Amino acid sequence: MIEARIIRILSDIVGKENVTTQKADLLCYSYDATQLRFLPDVVVHPLTAEEISLIMKMANAEKIPVFPRGAGSGFTGGSLPVTGGIVLATERMNRIIEIDSENLVATVEPGVVTEQFQQAVEKLGLFYPPDPASLKFSTLGGNVAECAGGPRCVKYGVTKDFIIGLQIVTPQGDIITTGGPTMKGVVGYDLTKLICGSEGTLGIITRIIIKLLPLPEAKQTMLVMFDSIDGAAQSVSAIIGNKIIPTTLEFMDGRTIDCVRQATDLQVPEAARAVLIIEVDGDREFLEKQVQKITDIIQPLGVVETRVAKTPAESEALWQIRRSVSASLRKVNPDKFNEDICVPRSKVPEMIRKVDAISEKYGIPIVNFGHAGDGNIHVNVMIDKKVPGEAEKAEKAIEEVFKGALALGGTMSGEHGVGIAKAPYIPLEITEKASDYMKAIKKALDPNNILNPGKIFLD
Amino acid sequence: MAKLKDLEDYREEIEQCVKCGACRAHCPVFSAERREGRVARGKIALSQAVLEGEIDFEAKVMEDLSQCLLCGSCCAGCPNKVPTEEIVAAARRRIAEEKGLSTFGKGVAAVIGRPKLMNALAKTGGKLSSLLFKKLPDNSGLRLRFPAPYLESGRTLPPFTDKPFRENCPDRIEGEPGKPTIAFFTGCGINYMYPAVGEAFLKALKFLGITVVIPKDQVCCGLPAVSAGAGKTVEALADQNYAALTREPVDYILTACASCNAGLVKVYGDMEGECSALGPKTRDIFVFLLEQGLAERLAELPRAAERTTVTYHDPCHLRTQGITQEPRDVLKALPQVEYVEMENAGSCCGLGGTYSVYHYDNSKKIGAKKAGNIESSGAELVATDCPGCIMQLQDSINHAGGKQRAVHILELLNEALPG
Repeated sequence: MIEARIIRILSDIVGKENVTTQKADLLCYSYDATQLRFLPDVVVHPLTAEEISLIMKMANAEKIPVFPRGAGSGFTGGSLPVTGGIVLATERMNRIIEIDSENLVATVEPGVVTEQFQQAVEKLGLFYPPDPASLKFSTLGGNVAECAGGPRCVKYGVTKDFIIGLQIVTPQGDIITTGGPTMKGVVGYDLTKLICGSEGTLGIITRIIIKLLPLPEAKQTMLVMFDSIDGAAQSVSAIIGNKIIPTTLEFMDGRTIDCVRQATDLQVPEAARAVLIIEVDGDREFLEKQVQKITDIIQPLGVVETRVAKTPAESEALWQIRRSVSASLRKVNPDKFNEDICVPRSKVPEMIRKVDAISEKYGIPIVNFGHAGDGNIHVNVMIDKKVPGEAEKAEKAIEEVFKGALALGGTMSGEHGVGIAKAPYIPLEITEKASDYMKAIKKALDPNNILNPGKIFLD
Repeated sequence: MAKLKDLEDYREEIEQCVKCGACRAHCPVFSAERREGRVARGKIALSQAVLEGEIDFEAKVMEDLSQCLLCGSCCAGCPNKVPTEEIVAAARRRIAEEKGLSTFGKGVAAVIGRPKLMNALAKTGGKLSSLLFKKLPDNSGLRLRFPAPYLESGRTLPPFTDKPFRENCPDRIEGEPGKPTIAFFTGCGINYMYPAVGEAFLKALKFLGITVVIPKDQVCCGLPAVSAGAGKTVEALADQNYAALTREPVDYILTACASCNAGLVKVYGDMEGECSALGPKTRDIFVFLLEQGLAERLAELPRAAERTTVTYHDPCHLRTQGITQEPRDVLKALPQVEYVEMENAGSCCGLGGTYSVYHYDNSKKIGAKKAGNIESSGAELVATDCPGCIMQLQDSINHAGGKQRAVHILELLNEALPG
């Protein structure tokens, strides 16, 4: 329980109506997409960096942990108040402060929803490419904190590649800026990059300066079915080898396709054992040629069927297969662990074979889909938690998947981050010396360990 | 006897919520308030906590559960299709059982559960000019029946008629032999507020030679009572409507109100009892008219030289059932109409049954976005397929200082048809 005195201080800072200790509110800010739950003691809804600064100073003086939260849509528990304390929700800080068309730079507050920002810049003929699956509801602050990815990252890069400056409140309550609205800048350490992907442990993001691109004139979508995962993987290498970087190169493995076929009435031929959704963007006249070139390159690689969308509606129909995956999987098994390993793209078929073997070994279905273009595979371990022993089996299988990815020179997480879900596995990937280096940074900046404690590292 | 599901019966659906947060992109109330308790995920978490005995229906839980339009937008956008609107309605019934019907719930149940009273109320409303209605003393019975918040702060008043539609229409209109026979489920909106829409409905069916039966003892579909948590009222209305609509054999039951359509198809469809048989027979008027060849018949009419620009608003209760194309197709086929699509035509207007009665501020915020989209579409008229939406759209336009008029598509069809 938090003292009434603390609640009064918080109320003085952000206003009474933006502080709550009611059980109903605590319940509503206790979860994220991991479905794990930790009740905070209090939820605050600040509006400004100054308010957050005062909250952090108080929290430091009183040694009360603070947990920043955007939309609460993370897959690894990054925003969960694991020790109780203060949940600091950014929902009110949702202004797009400026879109500077002349310099292709925008400044936003952390609570702006990613898609809303994209729509705003696209109206001006500009483009913000990172497109995590949650973009309709996740916030830019959360995207930066986790360094979110998405299908388009194969061509354009991930969130951090577009963030050129930040304003943050440090764990001890100072307001600082990192980087700025220039395309270049090498004065001092690159703190912007350090904060991107730091999962809310090193500072609370209060402003984000974003680099924009001109909006491509058009895009074209094609869906290609292959008779094997190798054909699909070779196609990915062949396309990129031919100096074409598509906007997206999404794949689904045979088991995923089986689920879709089982759960929906979408037409997918039996012979298809892997699917690639390929999108290219750019000048209209140049797209036709690119699609033709891609078709020629991949044709010898076991193509079962190719569908090319002529209109946005047809493109949407092609994406329908990919979008139906989540719900389809659920029909096969109610619970899933969604991991997001990343391996060098040439190693994708080998990784899929490893996962198939692990699935066989433990007798639990594992389906793979994701971003073939950058080797980022969503490994979905499907179980029914109500069946005794399944959860334990899933955990063992996941550990083997991680080890398999690391053995191929990959990483445990391409997009979702570590949070609490992957914290136990950190030693598999990061050496003790490297871990110590990171922890030293955290300790220096947050000596009382009050900003998002318990995340990334177990101790 | 018709029987609604209990909150307990939704345990499995509640567990299907994986807390991904996708509903945050779709909930109109959340977009107005941006607090987790206002969005589907929060309401499901609270319902779950209630089921687990972790929390009671304390004030904040009830407030969050009252802040839902039951529009179903969240369910439509949910990867697991969790029916939050049904879960919230079940939770409200539980609240009504435990705490007694809230004041507004009582008011709604008292009025719509008693057609005579509703008739009387409507007639009185019709006789009073809207100005007089505004000047009603605070202790007037009318205010109790039509709850006080309804009359507050410059709201466009519902245009009550003193000639309810069903009192003045025939019981049966014979069509051409070999054509289907339909029962017209008028709904309260057409009966008490927009009788001209009912007349337009009859004219359209006559044009196509359809035989129409209008059972006079039909009553409210019960959707406002669903919204208010008045479960017993909903069940009694469902039974009475079943009796009224099955007395004569008909091929279809037609609605010209999205909410009534959802009431008959979805609410009755999910209930135990005979009333669930009404759902499969029920059709939206425009789905039916197109099946009967209306578009082809309209194509024969000469295209007007000067056409009115019209946009369409998707009522939630049709959109979430997948009925989005047919009303647009009818509008596009009208000879005097130049159709334009507005941005976010599918977002809720903000009425939400009894929602706007008690949460008028949020309702106005949601409506203001809609009014903005109507304005930027350049349309002169916004047409829709739901009397509730028409009322709310007009109120939102008026508040925004817009010049557009909200109409039922049937009114435009009426203009186009000869005779």
